[in-house]
Amino acid sequence: MIKVVLPAHLRTLAQLDRGEVELEVQGPVTQRSILDALEARYPMLKGTIRDHVTQQRRAFVRFFACAEDLSHESPDAPVPEAVASGAEPFLVVGAIAGG
Amino acid sequence: MSKVRVLVGTRKGAFILESDGKREKWDVSGPHFAGWELYHLKGSPADPNRLYASQTSGWFGQLIQRSSDGGKTWEPVDNKFVYDGVPGTHKWYDGTPHPWEFKRVWHLEPSLTDPDTVYAGVEDAALFRTTDGGKSWQELSGMRGHGTGSGWQPGAGGLGLHTIILDPKNPQRIFIAISAAGAFRSDDAGATWKAINQGLRSEYIPDPTAEVGHCVHHVAMHPSRPNVLFMQKHWDVLRSDNAGDLWKEVNGNLPDDDGKRGFGFVIDVHAHEPETIYVVPIKSDSQHFPHEGKLRVYRSKTGGNDWEPLTKGLPQQDCYVNVLRDAMAIDSLDSCGVYFGTTGGQVYASPDAGDSWNPIVRDLPAVLSVEVQTLP
Repeated sequence: MIKVVLPAHLRTLAQLDRGEVELEVQGPVTQRSILDALEARYPMLKGTIRDHVTQQRRAFVRFFACAEDLSHESPDAPVPEAVASGAEPFLVVGAIAGG
Repeated sequence: MSKVRVLVGTRKGAFILESDGKREKWDVSGPHFAGWELYHLKGSPADPNRLYASQTSGWFGQLIQRSSDGGKTWEPVDNKFVYDGVPGTHKWYDGTPHPWEFKRVWHLEPSLTDPDTVYAGVEDAALFRTTDGGKSWQELSGMRGHGTGSGWQPGAGGLGLHTIILDPKNPQRIFIAISAAGAFRSDDAGATWKAINQGLRSEYIPDPTAEVGHCVHHVAMHPSRPNVLFMQKHWDVLRSDNAGDLWKEVNGNLPDDDGKRGFGFVIDVHAHEPETIYVVPIKSDSQHFPHEGKLRVYRSKTGGNDWEPLTKGLPQQDCYVNVLRDAMAIDSLDSCGVYFGTTGGQVYASPDAGDSWNPIVRDLPAVLSVEVQTLP
């Protein structure tokens, strides 16, 4: 199972009572396959993390895992093994943008 | 006894204010969608418990929320606004071509007859419509495809389609307005559009009487006379008596502002007196607060030109808030109620057509929009 941690606003939108979501991901575990599985279970999140059409990450959303910023990695690159194995969560983060 | 429900969109959530017909005591619920910008909320005239809300965030983009119980509970509906075909370009601030990019929904206008049909005015300027209660949105691309579209340039707040008026007597007729392109009319239910800016004069564009390029802030209509329109422009209040084919300035005795008159954002019409209109003069070009620190609504009972300041109950010193374009509304009780919200977080109500005012709430986040529903 893949663990995904969502920011507070998206937890509220998805009506989650806790921060961490556990997802079954089919095939290679990549950013794209994680987000596909996330949006399949919580369709209201479509368009909030990545663009509906281009599928590009929204500018002020970041992806962290294993103390690394994966935001600029290819969405089709394998995520770290610790994420794929469920040992570490995949973090969706609202960027700090303000004073 | 009738009651009213005021729908308030703010920078940090939505608030719903309810009162009986006296409009003295108010119940306040909210914040709904705390932390998000609520550009606009509006109820369906065909089913007042059906509400739609535009919820947006710089981080997480656009959401549309729908309520079927008057705002007690909400559900997110489709938020996919995709331009029809190849979007093309409009002008950027520096005059260069810039690709059309969806940013947010500025205004939601439910159909007068069908609670599942809603029009959405968006930035970058385009008109969308749902006919299934928000489950899907389609662009009425004839609007953006108007021959002048490539020359539209954003106002300071963006290239937003902010005003949508549905003609109650002619379902084929729709009016819209865009900052800073101008006003447009469709006579075929949104398939094709005509620019209706003749008579507008804007010294801040190279050709002051150009077909498009005018910074129209808001337009209002009384449902009994859909051919009469009132416009608040970036400088100038105007009226048209022929559905926008020709406009004339009705600034009259509005406050002088370094030799100009008539800057402001809101404009609305009395529920029972179609020649009685309201504006809130704001000092420009860049100050965007009331003249002399006095918050005054101006009322004209003659459809313009002859204006009276309404001040009773409004702050008359040290007031430096703004009133944004969608932040005024009118109820339809016998004694007509007028409401407006400020960037300082106050929502003022007048139960007597503007003669006197009271704050319903004083300390909300900056108010982006105010709508009111008159309920049985």
